[in-house]
Amino acid sequence: MIPISWYLVLSLVLFALGAFGFIARRNVIIMLMCIEIMLNAVNISLVALGRGLEDTAAHLLVFFVIAVAAGEAAIGLALVVLLFKKTREVHMDEFRLLKG
Amino acid sequence: MWSSLPSFVAVYPETILVVVASALVLLDRVVKFKDVFTWITLATVAVTLGVVYWTVGTSFAFSYAADSYALFFKTIFLLVLLLATLISPGYGRVVGIHFGEYYGLMMYAVAGMMIMASAKDLVLLYLGLEVMSLSVYVLAGLLYSDMRSLEGAMKYFLLGSFASAFLLLAITYIYGLTSSINMEAIANYLGTHGLLANKALLFSLALFAIAFGFKVALVPFHMWAPDVYEGAPTSVTAFMSVGPKAAGFAAMGRVFLLALGTAKVGWTHFLIPLAVVTFFVGASLAVVQTNIKRMLAYSSVAHAGYAVLGIIAGTKEGMSATMMYLFIYALMNIGAFGIIILLRQKDFLGESIYDFQGLSKTHPVAALLMLVFLFSLAGIPPTAGFVGKFYVFRSAFEAGHPLLVIAAVLASCIAAYPYLRVVMLMYMRPPEKEVTLNLTGYLFTSLAISLTGVLLFGVWPEPLIHFARLCCGLAP
Repeated sequence: MIPISWYLVLSLVLFALGAFGFIARRNVIIMLMCIEIMLNAVNISLVALGRGLEDTAAHLLVFFVIAVAAGEAAIGLALVVLLFKKTREVHMDEFRLLKG
Repeated sequence: MWSSLPSFVAVYPETILVVVASALVLLDRVVKFKDVFTWITLATVAVTLGVVYWTVGTSFAFSYAADSYALFFKTIFLLVLLLATLISPGYGRVVGIHFGEYYGLMMYAVAGMMIMASAKDLVLLYLGLEVMSLSVYVLAGLLYSDMRSLEGAMKYFLLGSFASAFLLLAITYIYGLTSSINMEAIANYLGTHGLLANKALLFSLALFAIAFGFKVALVPFHMWAPDVYEGAPTSVTAFMSVGPKAAGFAAMGRVFLLALGTAKVGWTHFLIPLAVVTFFVGASLAVVQTNIKRMLAYSSVAHAGYAVLGIIAGTKEGMSATMMYLFIYALMNIGAFGIIILLRQKDFLGESIYDFQGLSKTHPVAALLMLVFLFSLAGIPPTAGFVGKFYVFRSAFEAGHPLLVIAAVLASCIAAYPYLRVVMLMYMRPPEKEVTLNLTGYLFTSLAISLTGVLLFGVWPEPLIHFARLCCGLAP
């Protein structure tokens, strides 16, 4: 059996990739994808820990995370569509009305 | 089998809010006279407050407790909902957000905040936080014909979701270490096993500090706050400058003081630098702002820095001081936003601080109210803001952080400048623009409540102190 620590390392690498992508990329769609990668990275370690500790609480949390991520994606994409309709643009750098 | 089901009494207040909110969202299509929604919201606030007091002491299994700690925060949230509802109709009619969904979303957000305050379980804490955040993202972008509102909502959404991922990772590590998501079980495990030098625990503490830092806008995780506060509709800004912040502190109190109380040395290491940077940066950047909503955004960043001192103190006295501070902050901040809304007309934004120039000549009462709220935000006696600051600083001092308190006092001297500049413009400059007030009966009531609270608790804070200490389990 694959040891839990491998899953934890995998999840941490994925999380770091997501966080890096979120900071480095300015395309809103890519940023949304990076957030999903981060959430799923957490899900991997939750599932692995739940199996290792033989406890169901972690598996429960995974389902909640998936449900919340769906809600988040709905709101995020709605905002992207509204922004795109107005400006024909999906790059965060182009939205500079608010500053100071 | 039924007898083994836990009692649902503890979640009655949240249930009422969610049911009424859903009804409002559905009724919006059939009801043409939109003031009905304001009335229903006000009635729901009253009923929910009654039910909150009636259900004190109940709990839902081990994961949800309607205890006195939650009672105090729920009182704050309902006060915020009450004041935000009262300032909404006049403003909402002008900008076109006076409809059922607006009030419904505010109620959903308050239900989420209540779940955060009552949760004794990290899963529920996460869910409450998301219910609150998702509602507030939509509220911030509700004025979607205005590009600023959309841009603010987008930024808030992206950074808010980013922070949630950090919270989840922190929860995962704590779960992996203690094999429990229940806060009391986590506290027991950490107390008996002494993992204080464990790297994963420290990592998880840092992640919690980052996640809550985003939610209550501590520097350097505050970048979203000024943009969102400026972009969002003003009534929403008033709501979310206090509500989600208080909810964030409620969750912080539960997580840091209850679940991770034994690891206090660990998390104070992260929170102390955050607090110092927060009140200095917040105060300094508020100085250069000319948009009053942006100025109040940076001031709210600085205020989060003061409020976190009570958490850093790590004592029950500290927590009760933070709770009292948030209560007072709700009154004075929504009061100040009420005056900004008072100036708003169809073709006049009233958001630049120069729009307040000479207000004392044209509208002396409005100027006087603004003066009281700004003095309270600056922490000048005999207003409530002074009392709040005094108790937070004292609790941090007694917990052994004298240098931190000195830094906070210095920062609050800088922070007084932007408030006093607006006062100076109102009282010592001749009026330049023709300003007409957009006063409604609702807004008048809201301002009256805020003013009464700010002045009453400024000269007679005993009841509030008593209540806050009682809710933290201290002798009054």
